[in-house]
Amino acid sequence: MRFIDEYHNAELGKRLIDKIHRNSTRQARLMEFCGGHTVAIFKHGIRQLLPPTVEMLSGPGCPVCVTANEDLDKAIALSRLPDVIITTFGDLLRVPGSYSSLQQERAEGNDIRIVYSTLEALDIARANPERPVIFIGIGFETTAPTIAASILQAEQENLKNYYILSLHKLTPPVIKALLDSGETIINGIVCPGHVSAIIGSNPWEFIPAEYNIACAVSGFEPLDILLCISMLIEQTESEQPKVEVAYRRIVRPEGNQQALRLMEKVFEPCPAIWRGIGSLTNSGLKLKEEYQAFDASRVFNVSPEKSREPVGCLCGDILRGVKVPLDCKLFKTACTPEHPVGPCMVSSEGTCSAYYHYRSEDE
Amino acid sequence: MNNKILLAHGSGGKLSHDLVGGKIIPPFTNPIINKMDDASVFEISGRVAFTTDSYVVSPIFFPGGDIGKLAVCGTINDLAMSGASPLYLSLSLIIEEGLSFEDLERIINSIKQVTEETGIKIVTGDTKVVNQGNADKLFINTAGIGLIPPGVNISGSNAIPGDKIILSGAIGDHGIAIMSQREGLRFEMPVESDCAPLDTLVSDMLAFSKHIHCMRDPTRGGLATSLNELATQSGVGINIKEDKIPLHVAVNAACELLGFDPLYVANEGKLVAIVSPTHAEEILNVMKQNRYGKESTIIGEVVEEHSRKVIMKTTLGASRIVDMLTGELLPRIC
Repeated sequence: MRFIDEYHNAELGKRLIDKIHRNSTRQARLMEFCGGHTVAIFKHGIRQLLPPTVEMLSGPGCPVCVTANEDLDKAIALSRLPDVIITTFGDLLRVPGSYSSLQQERAEGNDIRIVYSTLEALDIARANPERPVIFIGIGFETTAPTIAASILQAEQENLKNYYILSLHKLTPPVIKALLDSGETIINGIVCPGHVSAIIGSNPWEFIPAEYNIACAVSGFEPLDILLCISMLIEQTESEQPKVEVAYRRIVRPEGNQQALRLMEKVFEPCPAIWRGIGSLTNSGLKLKEEYQAFDASRVFNVSPEKSREPVGCLCGDILRGVKVPLDCKLFKTACTPEHPVGPCMVSSEGTCSAYYHYRSEDE
Repeated sequence: MNNKILLAHGSGGKLSHDLVGGKIIPPFTNPIINKMDDASVFEISGRVAFTTDSYVVSPIFFPGGDIGKLAVCGTINDLAMSGASPLYLSLSLIIEEGLSFEDLERIINSIKQVTEETGIKIVTGDTKVVNQGNADKLFINTAGIGLIPPGVNISGSNAIPGDKIILSGAIGDHGIAIMSQREGLRFEMPVESDCAPLDTLVSDMLAFSKHIHCMRDPTRGGLATSLNELATQSGVGINIKEDKIPLHVAVNAACELLGFDPLYVANEGKLVAIVSPTHAEEILNVMKQNRYGKESTIIGEVVEEHSRKVIMKTTLGASRIVDMLTGELLPRIC
């Protein structure tokens, strides 16, 4: 099928794998930022096909996973307010906060609904004019424009009961923080695909320029990823890091200007707390002053109990690429997809979940 | 005249009798049900297969079927998977007040079509009406009885290393049909549920060869879950090849769009059979002759290694574990 089958072509895949084997002479540690990439890499068995010189490392690119417990606790506290309807993406429901989860709150009778887009959340707000409808906005630059659009739509329709709890996060600042920490050696970065579709590939230029690290933006099909790895290996071997795009059908250097304008109209950067990483300046998005009537964190006053982290859970270290799921004592024992302790086991893009579901014994 | 079903239609009084006697029983007329006694009475001898299942699919109408067709095919298929020829069914309806007579008649009619196609008889049943909000339009429970022919021994624990694994057609049609209906997705090529009775496919296979060791219809949890069940029950390993698994173009596209792995998406008219290697090709040919098995393919084999695990060779030539479905957030699909 067009746009899918050609990116699964076994013959082309083999050629790229051969090229990587031919070119790779020195040890290269490549971090795939996106959880979506982690899943695709495991699903297609790409790690097994790489030479021993190429090591893949999973990064923090899973919005559900990096959402801090205190933010989850806030969402849970909002769900307990009388008459409130919480709308959210499915994965978030099962993530345990400090004391509860949205799933547990739903079982208690609080009105929490899974939606596939903000359009559905707007529909719910229109159908329930007397009840506050709060959308829990998690995600990176990919989802932020659609949420901005929903706010503008709500404003236009004069919808008075639609609110956003903005937990959005920005990707370049967190990559910068990871590289600054120097905790782990990274020679190349598989840059996020969908995020780059919005922000473009230009924002990654600081990585080769300031850190001398190879960069390539990748799509999510096996050939996209193999092409990206092949580009990164050529860069590391030639010691000429730059930003390349292995996802040209979607990503332009300047990004999607219309989406960026939407985002800038409604949001402005703010500090955000990342699980395992801490608070980073200008790494989150909050609603601008003129849209504060839609801002759930301003309109509703909730004061959840002091948040706490699950004992023994290594999600924070795994998100920074310092540890892998196999280092975690809870992995596959106390922490499973049915009974997740940390978010990386819950989210379909979480590293622990990808290891659990797809990893062969020999990887 | 009110065209909606009222609570009174489930009261046991006159309206109930009118509904059951006027609308529900007549399409299924047969000597056993026509007696209208408290219990149906019939003779049966031999090895009996007996199964029951409840159906709560939402929406109740979807491309390629409805809850009625699903409820009858589902139970017929469960019987067929044990090698039984389906004989008798029970049909219990739990109706939410306010369901239109027109919808009920459409559903009864599609049940009738399946009973005519398969020859299975509905011999007993029940109808209840509950307050609005206490059910979602219509829930159906069916139970079924079938007879297993002599010499047939099919069980999930019968797979042995060397056996071939045959899949009767493309996967994921039912789950994606429901999802796209629910999410209002439109595809250039609309996806229809594969909901179908598989009794003739199974009887064709069994008429040809008794060397069928296991059969399963991969409904909820999809092909991946069925294969894992079989590997676990038989204490064997299973190897499959990604590029051998048939997948319709639109289903593939929808799965990409919605982020699903088709291996975990539900089917309602497919079966997976584990058969002796010496008979595999011939059984495959027989299956391809049946209208419900045209796209049948050998997708893999049973091995001694990696006991209780399913391993898939990916298109790129790597291998990965195919795990059971673990609590996914899907809508009610059956």
